[in-house]
Amino acid sequence: MSTATPERTGGVVGARVRRHEDDRLLKGLGRFADDVNRLGQVHARIVRSTLAHGEILRIDTAEARALPGVLAVITGADLGDIPPIPIRLPRGDEPDGCLQRILPDEVRYVGEPVAAVVAADPYLAEDAAELVTVEYRELPVVLDAADGPASARMQAGFGEVDAAFSAAAHVVELDLDVGRHAAVPMEPRGLVAEYDAANGRLQVWGATKVPVFNRNVLARMLGMPAEQVRLHAMDAGGGFGARGEFYPEDLLIPWLARRLRRPVKWTEDRAENLVALNHSRQQRHRIAAAFDADARLLALRDGITHDNGAYLRTHGLLVPELTIGMLPGPYRVPAYQASVEVVLTNKTPCGTYRAPGRYEGTFAREHLLDVAADRIGIDRAEIRRRNLLRPEEIPHVRPLRALGTDMVLDAGDYPALLETALARTSGWRDEVARLRNSGRKAGYGFAVFLEKSGLGPHETADVIVEPSGRIRVHSGGTSLGQGIETVLAQIAADRLGVDHEDVQVVNGDTDLQPFGLGSWASRSTVLAGNAVDLAATAVLARARSLAARMLGAPEDLLEHAAGAFAFGDRSVALGEIAAACAPGSPYLEPGTEPGLAARRVFEVDHMTYPYGVHVALVDIDPGTGHVTVPRYLVAYEIGKAINPTLVEGQLVGGVAQGLGGALYENFHYDDQGQPQAATFMDYLMPTAAEVPGLVDTIVAEDAPSPDNPLGTKGAGEGGITAAGAALANAVRDALGLGEAVGRLPLSPQWICTELG
Amino acid sequence: MKDQHLINVTVNGAEHEVLVESRRTLADVLRHDLGYTGTHLGCEHGICGACTILVDGTPARACLMFGVQADGAEVRTVEGLADGDRLSDLQEAFSRRHGLQCGFCTPGFLMLAEAYLAENPAADKEEIRDVVSSNLCRCTGYQGIVEAITDVAAARREAS
Ligand code: FES
Ligand code: FES
Repeated sequence: MSTATPERTGGVVGARVRRHEDDRLLKGLGRFADDVNRLGQVHARIVRSTLAHGEILRIDTAEARALPGVLAVITGADLGDIPPIPIRLPRGDEPDGCLQRILPDEVRYVGEPVAAVVAADPYLAEDAAELVTVEYRELPVVLDAADGPASARMQAGFGEVDAAFSAAAHVVELDLDVGRHAAVPMEPRGLVAEYDAANGRLQVWGATKVPVFNRNVLARMLGMPAEQVRLHAMDAGGGFGARGEFYPEDLLIPWLARRLRRPVKWTEDRAENLVALNHSRQQRHRIAAAFDADARLLALRDGITHDNGAYLRTHGLLVPELTIGMLPGPYRVPAYQASVEVVLTNKTPCGTYRAPGRYEGTFAREHLLDVAADRIGIDRAEIRRRNLLRPEEIPHVRPLRALGTDMVLDAGDYPALLETALARTSGWRDEVARLRNSGRKAGYGFAVFLEKSGLGPHETADVIVEPSGRIRVHSGGTSLGQGIETVLAQIAADRLGVDHEDVQVVNGDTDLQPFGLGSWASRSTVLAGNAVDLAATAVLARARSLAARMLGAPEDLLEHAAGAFAFGDRSVALGEIAAACAPGSPYLEPGTEPGLAARRVFEVDHMTYPYGVHVALVDIDPGTGHVTVPRYLVAYEIGKAINPTLVEGQLVGGVAQGLGGALYENFHYDDQGQPQAATFMDYLMPTAAEVPGLVDTIVAEDAPSPDNPLGTKGAGEGGITAAGAALANAVRDALGLGEAVGRLPLSPQWICTELG
Repeated sequence: MKDQHLINVTVNGAEHEVLVESRRTLADVLRHDLGYTGTHLGCEHGICGACTILVDGTPARACLMFGVQADGAEVRTVEGLADGDRLSDLQEAFSRRHGLQCGFCTPGFLMLAEAYLAENPAADKEEIRDVVSSNLCRCTGYQGIVEAITDVAAARREAS
């Protein structure tokens, strides 16, 4: 294909252009879900279970209904037969009875919706919701995954693991826990739904992530044709995997709007958000590695218990599957065996959170390698050097599957990036020594990781040239704050040779782009970006033939530059060419479609595998157990950075989130299953005082992906993947532990205990 | 009927007369009664700072104030920072330093910084970091935010 592809002319790909999103967001003109208002709208409030497990015996709604201004109070009985929420990425072996139902008779976690109230005003709706009383028969609760039966089991592996362990010179085995933490974006969820009885169309604002999938699910659950439902993606205050999946409210609010024939608005509050939005991460690993006398890996083994909370939500078994699929990371692992038991507990259900499965697995593997190096008596960097796949071993086909695709580690030089990161931070080791000499508990830790991105199977884009010369792009990507609007504009502008500011990107409108798969798994720049590139390329080919007719010159002698085609001293700009594509134009050949536009789909079979290194320097206050992180480095290979500033921003932001999970964030419960982290007073996200003042980044572009024309790999997750691992390694180094740290988060209490 | 109060409040220089229920938060009055939706609600319990506005020049959390408490006050919101289409120096710096990603927390950080720099034109980076630690951002890791405010402090010092 590349021979038919014209040279990029704009030079905008790779440039640090100013974000298109910034102007409106800085002026307070962004449009978030709660900013939408429709004429005559009314307000919903969800009544949630106060019990972790119970059978609903009776719901009394009479008092709530009697409150003036209340329009409706509904319970499960009103909904009739509505199927449970389906899995977005099914494997096919998900157990029955594990899917989340809408207003069920049996509640399985605190926060589960049991009824909904609609009133003229949101304050009134909240008053009324408090008047709804629910009578339960309490049922026993399971809060520790070790106490529950597994609902699903998965295995992955290859090679002769048992033989390798019996032949090993060294075997190292650790027990490690990863705490329950989650995405917690700053904007709580919100939805506005409006049903137009005149034409039977339903519109929903605020479901931003996978709008086309959500539209299809909603239409099916409501018994409507999909095209009668239109979802509008909005500005969204962060996603990180959790926001924008299909939750019970995504059915309830549109259902109420259709029933009441009034626009219905629902805005989640933070207390709801902390129990309703997907949690993530909670796993227990028993990980072991076998080494020969030279510290070369002979085999890796892991037995994992995955606490999935009360239901399988839209991600199904994806997180535990990714944990075992990605666990061997960038290493040469001759034999591997991992099993995972997925246990349902009476806690908020789990879904993905930025680098799902990899944050957990990278922590387990990289912590194991540090402990192993110490026990074997070799340098912690050396054990990795001996075991990282070398460039000549890549592409490396690994007999594993990840997200339903075969695993082919596509391009890279893992040891070189490790050396770069170590060299860049070599002075930090002296700093640690200096701090220790002055009586501080300081430590240096690092971790190597493999990421995955660019999951297909496809993404579609439209590129439309208007007679004004401006370009419109309709993409299935959605904007969760990552800057995808800017990146897609850069890609279109680069191909068309126009100013990127003349490109307007419309994301996630299901009417405009009904084939879009949305933004998740670091796929947008890879998939949507290449779809835009293909569509722009097609537009350019059509423009060239029109230009040839307009200029009376042979196509192949035309020069394309600066958004125009030239022959000698005459030229026509893209806008003029678009005007010449209007019906009745003498240049539009009879029988051809009017307009200068193209819709193209980009398809891929494999994911692409970016990789990187995290390095941390920590300084621990022995009195309080507070961990300061004065220095941090992320080195990340992403093939091609469309906008390096945005890539760096993703990395720095990811580090802050990863540090939260490593040191502070924890959804804890009492022994009745009552959530104890239900406000930002108890769920501790890092502030500017806790994160490193300066995160150093190395954005490497040495190993472009061979699987897409732009050569790009996803940049959304590499800032977080190894943060738990690097910080745990640094803290262990600081404390001088011989053993493993055992858990994340490494709370101040735990650190104080370790310090004695 | 709940008790209602007629209040006068000036927002970004424009005077408004509005009837509010006693329990209605200032955030809801601004966002929903007056249409200044740039002020965001991230927690409604005073921790995240996304709703930070200036009340008579002092930063306040709009989710922790009632509308009636703003009777007679001068309020400034993020919508009042730019001069028409021209961004203020702080807004410019946030964009230049990549101090925002999703932009949800941004109005709160901008208003906080606006008030802080007005009082402490000589602020250095460590003080700025300390002050912005009163607000939460989930996207940026705060780096760009601190750099942006530090740049503006330096530039304003230079100019004065
Ligand atoms: S919304 Fe006011 S402090 Fe969070
Ligand atoms: S930019 Fe998203 S929360 Fe701050």
